[in-house]
Amino acid sequence: MISLDDTKSVNESLIKEAKPATLPRRKLVENDRSFDWITEKVCGIVEEKTPTWWWVCFFISGFVSLFTVAGTIYLISTGVGVWGLNNPVNWGWAIVNFVFWIGIGHAGTLISAILCLLKQNWRTSINRAAEAMTIFAVVCAGIFPLIHVGRVWFAWWLFPIPNANVIWPQFRSPLLWDVFAVSTYGTVSLLFWYVGMIPDLATLRDRAKTRLKQLFYGFFAMGWRGSNRHWSNYEMAYLLLAGLATPLVLSVHTIVSFDFAVSLIPGWHTTIFPPYFVAGAIFSGFGMVLTLMLPLRSIYGLHDLITQYHIDCMCKITLATGSMVGYAYAIEFFIAWYGANDFESFAFINRAFGPYAWAYWIMITCNVISPQLFWFRKVRENPAFVWIVCIFVNIGMWFERFVIVVTSLSRDFLPTSWGYYSPTLTDIMTYVGTFGIFTFLFLLFLRFLPLMAMAEIKAVTPQANPHHNSEGGSH
Amino acid sequence: MSDEGKTYGMMASFKTTGAVMQAAEKVRDEGFKHWDVISPFPIHGMDGAMGITRSKVPIFTLIGGATGFFGGNLMIWYMNAYDYAIPVGGKPMFSPMYAFPVSYELTILLAAFGAIIGMLLMNRLPMHYHPAMKHDAVDRASNDRFFIVIESSDPRFDEKTTTALLERIGGSDVTKIED
Repeated sequence: MISLDDTKSVNESLIKEAKPATLPRRKLVENDRSFDWITEKVCGIVEEKTPTWWWVCFFISGFVSLFTVAGTIYLISTGVGVWGLNNPVNWGWAIVNFVFWIGIGHAGTLISAILCLLKQNWRTSINRAAEAMTIFAVVCAGIFPLIHVGRVWFAWWLFPIPNANVIWPQFRSPLLWDVFAVSTYGTVSLLFWYVGMIPDLATLRDRAKTRLKQLFYGFFAMGWRGSNRHWSNYEMAYLLLAGLATPLVLSVHTIVSFDFAVSLIPGWHTTIFPPYFVAGAIFSGFGMVLTLMLPLRSIYGLHDLITQYHIDCMCKITLATGSMVGYAYAIEFFIAWYGANDFESFAFINRAFGPYAWAYWIMITCNVISPQLFWFRKVRENPAFVWIVCIFVNIGMWFERFVIVVTSLSRDFLPTSWGYYSPTLTDIMTYVGTFGIFTFLFLLFLRFLPLMAMAEIKAVTPQANPHHNSEGGSH
Repeated sequence: MSDEGKTYGMMASFKTTGAVMQAAEKVRDEGFKHWDVISPFPIHGMDGAMGITRSKVPIFTLIGGATGFFGGNLMIWYMNAYDYAIPVGGKPMFSPMYAFPVSYELTILLAAFGAIIGMLLMNRLPMHYHPAMKHDAVDRASNDRFFIVIESSDPRFDEKTTTALLERIGGSDVTKIED
């Protein structure tokens, strides 16, 4: 495979023009698949007869999502006492779950926006599913801040609408920044996802057999016909959206971390929070992308589109961000000691050796130790192993938020007001239900919308290059 | 052209990216203005081959973003410092510092809307009918075929010579498209 440009004059060029070996680029689509093959493969997922496993998963996830519905109804009709919250821990699972789900979403935007700006072409086969994951994760995340306000019927006070006393919201509060950050994030992610999907919806429209499908895909494809004059504006808009989503995704978790960092609680009041939260968010998000994509890859036989190279890339990002998170844990301890603040030092010793030490060490094991396995090629090449490590990452990142939220609150300044927090069954079931909601939405996406960005994948194949064929002229 | 008032244009199909690219360069060099290339994905370098100038979408994005940033600051100043001042800890009633996060998010939100609205306006979408969709094989334009369509509104359009041109530059299935 390795070929040097000129082999004729090796002797002369050896000293003068010693070049590094040109390593062949990894193929993004294996087996030289044609455009038509890509269309058939991706559209086939939507057009085939609904598989049995889909129905089974659909009903199970639909049933599980009822837990959240029931938990929410019980909460609103009874009051926040149905949760385990009490002084001093007034932020419990609701906030943990909110930060967890928002974090999951970040990998989708990273893949679609940041990797687009960095011209990482391997993103094309995973970005659609990852963006879908982002949107559904934001849906799950959005439930919690809404219901944890206690009196849900006053949630509209968060929006810039004057309330009954003509008082406006208080814009100095990070909680209000959060409202704007998360709602902007949800909206822009949805728009980005939809705009990216327009050409693929046109493909589905052109292939649709029934009238209903023609109308559905036709409506959402907006009459897209692949005109190059359209592509020109479209690509510009897509690039701009990528450029906008990049600072957005970095700001969202930064603002989420401000909810903590702007307070005065030991363990929260640190400047490391924004970068540390963003790295953790991307880490957890990639864990979830792999958790979803590896089973889909084997169910639908997508090995030529999601190649070992893609898995390698995702594992390496997981490893890199996981290491950043590990570094942040270490530096938090160092600063707690170096800062010579008794409360801060205590908060950290309490995290590692206090009543919540079990949660802390689960977090360390899952987030710091388990991704280090991705240093080994043998691990990255074993999808089952990768999947298991990613499950650990998902668990670990939930525990990270639990550790941050609960340990700091349970033992702050005054020992007289210390406490131990435990969730109630309602807490647990409401959270479990969000996995049902997430899976339910993802299954619908799988069945009705193109799982992969066909137009983008085609554009990165060799035959899409106008100079690929012999008839294509010179470079 | 005058007696064929209902003709929209002539359309030819191409099999490979390279072929349609070379053909487009030739159509451009012939001096045509009202014509288009239809492809299942954006072809790198096709804008140059067609002689299309840079997209104007960024203007809409800039307008959206500026509206978001200044609108956000104005909103926060109006709400927290002017209409119903909320004094907190003796801090100034308005400061660009505390207004920044929300204004920043609104900048991105409205810039994103600007980009999308700009794209839709420049492309005149949604447009659920277009004569170019009448070609028998045009369904494959969203799969694996490339097309060039030369519109009858172009001053250089002439049914016979345009057909000959499309055939000469390698197009197959040259078809007349009714409006």
